[in-house]
Amino acid sequence: MGARLEPCGEPMNAIEVEHLTRKFGAFVAVDDLSFSVETGEIFGFLGSNGAGKSTTIRMLCGLLRPTSGTARVGGIDVGRDPEGVKRRIGYMSQRFSLYEKLTVDQNIQFFGGIYGLAGDRLARRRAFVLDMAGLRGRENMLTGALSGGWRQRLALGCAILHEPAIVFLDEPTGGVDPVSRRQFWVLINDLAHNGVTVLVTTHYLDEAEHCHRLAMIQAGRLAALGTVSELKNVFAGRRILEVRAGNPVQAMRALDAMPEVEKTSIFGTAVHAVLRGHSDPAALGSRLEREGLAGATWMLVEPSLEDVFLDVAQRSAAS
Amino acid sequence: MRKIRAIGVKELRQIVRDRARLVILIFVPALLLLLYGYALNFDIRDIRLAVKDQDRSTESRELISAFVNSGYFQLIAVVERDEAIVRLIDRNEVRAALVIPPRFGRDASTGRRTTVQVIINGDNANTATTVMAYALTLVSSMSARYEVQARLGSPAGPALVLEPRVWYNPELRSALFLVPGLIAYILMITAVVSTALSIVREKEMGTMEQVRMSPIGPLAYVVGKSVPYFVISLLSCIGIVLLAMALFGLPMRGSWAMLVLAISLFLVGTLALGLLISTLAETQQVAFQIALLMSYLPTLMLSGFIFPITSMPPFLQVVTYVVPARYFLVALRAIVLKGVGIEVFWPDLLALVVFAALTLSLASLRLKREWA
Repeated sequence: MGARLEPCGEPMNAIEVEHLTRKFGAFVAVDDLSFSVETGEIFGFLGSNGAGKSTTIRMLCGLLRPTSGTARVGGIDVGRDPEGVKRRIGYMSQRFSLYEKLTVDQNIQFFGGIYGLAGDRLARRRAFVLDMAGLRGRENMLTGALSGGWRQRLALGCAILHEPAIVFLDEPTGGVDPVSRRQFWVLINDLAHNGVTVLVTTHYLDEAEHCHRLAMIQAGRLAALGTVSELKNVFAGRRILEVRAGNPVQAMRALDAMPEVEKTSIFGTAVHAVLRGHSDPAALGSRLEREGLAGATWMLVEPSLEDVFLDVAQRSAAS
Repeated sequence: MRKIRAIGVKELRQIVRDRARLVILIFVPALLLLLYGYALNFDIRDIRLAVKDQDRSTESRELISAFVNSGYFQLIAVVERDEAIVRLIDRNEVRAALVIPPRFGRDASTGRRTTVQVIINGDNANTATTVMAYALTLVSSMSARYEVQARLGSPAGPALVLEPRVWYNPELRSALFLVPGLIAYILMITAVVSTALSIVREKEMGTMEQVRMSPIGPLAYVVGKSVPYFVISLLSCIGIVLLAMALFGLPMRGSWAMLVLAISLFLVGTLALGLLISTLAETQQVAFQIALLMSYLPTLMLSGFIFPITSMPPFLQVVTYVVPARYFLVALRAIVLKGVGIEVFWPDLLALVVFAALTLSLASLRLKREWA
């Protein structure tokens, strides 16, 4: 195949995925995926375990060859020039991929080294990472002795030492306390403000709200794509009733038996019931009391991302 | 180049930080040398001997003193009955018994065929073989003397005298024989096991994934990771040779340059073998077991380190041709003990080159598939 001339200038989209497919034997891990991510966007990748998120990221990072379809990252075809892609991206994985028996500084030197940084540039980036991670004065601490939040910020720092335009974060906040997770998202927002494109996978749906746009992956396929409010639109024409009762399981059974209720799911101690059309919630509530669920309270709520996620998952599983 | 250095520096820092690994790489070899040098002694002397002399003639006494004066046997008991021999051997009070039949003296001096019996405790086959060899030599030289005497009618010296001259290790000290083997053994442990474990450890920790995400090729990664182990193993070997020279009087007859060349050739192969193992295993435990099977055991058993290849059954002798340490040992002994030039052991060096080329290409093939 001859080299194709690319139009000059910045590509409009940082990541462009077209009909991306990856098979492992007979198993289709990623099935005809198409989407694009704009430069400077925080793009969330949601999906249950084994949905194909990690496989997709590994293909986008040039670690895994696509079976078919194309993906362009920073304007470079990952199938043709995986090494070129690797130079332009930063990657941080769900596990803390730092050397725990090396000090903070030695980790920075190592990752700087394998990205070819040296001299003034390494010194400048080292200072930036130490400041960003709040590790000034701890340069000589063993990385294994750092708390989870610090290690996570150091891992992010090591992933962006070489100032990549695109950063992949594969479940970066797993196993980290809520305060550190918030701090981490502040860093991610800073990156995006500076024009860095961030593609992040997460299990935490509250975190997904930080993303400009979200893609939901189900069984290797794109199940939904859009901004948070666009995704919540799947409930247009339906309403969600949150019911709190002493026995949520009993409440769920009672609700499931009612024709107006499309489906139910448990949210902590409450039950979310998706109501068809414009059925009257007050009538439902009084019927619940008659079912022996005295003291049950109910109210209409806005759909949360979790509602959306469950709805999308169920519908794509059914189709 | 800068990337390779970054990996090498990191690996070295990890080794230094990890006390256990440092100890394994530097102190265990020295410990092994002392252990094998002092404790693993195959020299057999002062074999405890019982004698049942049914003849009591000049000739029978001569035979007994031939055994005792050889320095290999020590007369512990003179017995009258066979039961006594059984008891002594069972109690491990003697390892061998010499039974001289009645009329031995008369038969021998007149050139008639006669038989002496040597009973050897075979519970340790190695020792038994050695004892048997000693006894055979003694008896046959006596026999030769009587034969000549019978023909000539007068006592005379034997027509043929065997005067053994042992070259290169005249006192037949096991330590000298073992040091080259020990070097091969140490290289196998440090190079194969350390390389395999250090790479598989990165797989387990997830740092491998992180490194693979960077624009560094498998070749640079492997070279960067191997160089520290190469240098440490090489230094460790030279240390062993120096230590053996100081403690056991190991002669270093050949050239140091040749020694370094042989060690380096062998090291490239073993490091590549470690690398190959790391591509086959997902956990350190599995890697360690494979490494043990592929390097440690063959080197210990089939290289000629302890058990001479020529005394193995023919089937095993064929197997030893694929044990790289076999060739390495020949070259090492040639350099250290004999001081001969490359014209003698070049086929063994060539075998090491083949070994290195084979493991390197297999490893890089597997690695490329793993990284692709």
